[in-house]
Amino acid sequence: MSLPQFEVAQPVSLGEALKILSEVKDSAPIAGGTNLMVDMRAGTHRPRVVVDVAALRDLHGIEVTDTEVIIGAATTIAEMLESPILAKHATVLVKACSSFANALIRNRATVGGNLVTAAPCSDTAPALLTLDAEVKLASVRGMRRVPLEKFLVNAFSTIRRSDELLVSVRFRIPSATATGAFRKMGLRKVSCMAKVDVAVMLDGDTTGRCTSARIAIAAASPAAVRARAAEAALVGKALTPEAIAAAAALAAKAAAPRAGSEYKLRVVEALARRLLAEAALALTRGGSSA
Amino acid sequence: MPKKKTVLRVNGRQHELALDPNVSLLQALRDLGYTDVKNGCEIGECGACAVLLNGTAVNSCMVLAWQANGAEIVTNAGLGTLGKPHPIQEAFADAGAVQCGYCTPGMVISSKALLDRNPNPSEAEIREALSGNLCRCTGYGQIVEAVQLAAERLSHRPKVESGAALTGECGDGGSHSPDRQLDPKLDRGRR
Repeated sequence: MSLPQFEVAQPVSLGEALKILSEVKDSAPIAGGTNLMVDMRAGTHRPRVVVDVAALRDLHGIEVTDTEVIIGAATTIAEMLESPILAKHATVLVKACSSFANALIRNRATVGGNLVTAAPCSDTAPALLTLDAEVKLASVRGMRRVPLEKFLVNAFSTIRRSDELLVSVRFRIPSATATGAFRKMGLRKVSCMAKVDVAVMLDGDTTGRCTSARIAIAAASPAAVRARAAEAALVGKALTPEAIAAAAALAAKAAAPRAGSEYKLRVVEALARRLLAEAALALTRGGSSA
Repeated sequence: MPKKKTVLRVNGRQHELALDPNVSLLQALRDLGYTDVKNGCEIGECGACAVLLNGTAVNSCMVLAWQANGAEIVTNAGLGTLGKPHPIQEAFADAGAVQCGYCTPGMVISSKALLDRNPNPSEAEIREALSGNLCRCTGYGQIVEAVQLAAERLSHRPKVESGAALTGECGDGGSHSPDRQLDPKLDRGRR
């Protein structure tokens, strides 16, 4: 199957890339290409100019500051899996990456591409939502930082304007006691799209009281979502099985699966209950990591 | 559309090309005669087109040829020849890990990428490393055994093989022919 025709632009700097994106109508950035190549072959995306952003230095690297972890948009899923920074500060994200597609795709697919494509079944989105991540968008008009929750609008739809490039994603370093968990349910053990993803992040004090809770769900709504009501129900409470079960039931209410996929509500509830219990247990053991 | 000047370095051999921008690495390689790189699904699902790109296993259908400009590309045929197969290829034949053979070049490439990084992988690590390669014949059992066998054999031999194979021992065009890639033992034994 051949690809439709297009031209290639290979900017050598971020500034040049942004200029091209602002001046050329129907341009599409490419890094790993694992979404764009499929869409172009299917004819669902026909850019006139493909802009090679894979080599732009501003889009690479995982760094940690005193307060934040910053991941370049062109960082591959495989690079995230091997990052000591993420292993230390964001195991929920590492777990999401380990269930992402398959080994070959992980070597090409990037976190920026996964977020910009905004497939309902994105694996990185729910994990990053529990980290309260922000994305940085750049254009010739300037930079803006947007919470990921606001960035994701609908299935395959974000607030990114056509002249904007997603440069990086960042999140505050979770507290040392915070504990995260992630589970994907698909039709196969590996190399599948999520039927349901649930990610959770809990923090608590020494008395076992929940001080912070974040729950995110993907593939059970048009866009990955936070289960805010479920989170609110946990904060300030002891993490008892009853409190966890009540929160899990609320989490299912945050999902909005398509007609015919109502079973996903029960999956969300079950996964949320299990993950919250896992995270609560880890908290009582002194917290492992986010 | 203006052509893209692209240098592909495949199995130690350099090709200077002028390609349409929309030519995938998979298509470019097959057009050059590297037909051991199989065209399975062209949507990144099956792994039959896997090659090593600067040592990393990737689906060549997901890469545009110009994105591989200057990179070191290794295909299954670049690992060994019919007369001198790579231990991984030999292990696939000996373990009966090949039935129709279509997935085998990609399987071998993913196995090579794994064993280069992790010479003594667990079964779970092998299955994870092969998660992007679909086989519709054997059911994976013998393939996993083949990788275990290859790991065992590679750990018992002096470390010279792969470097030699990469610097162009695959020079004969015949090694690209799909029916000559694997050990002839394949035709015997398991039938």
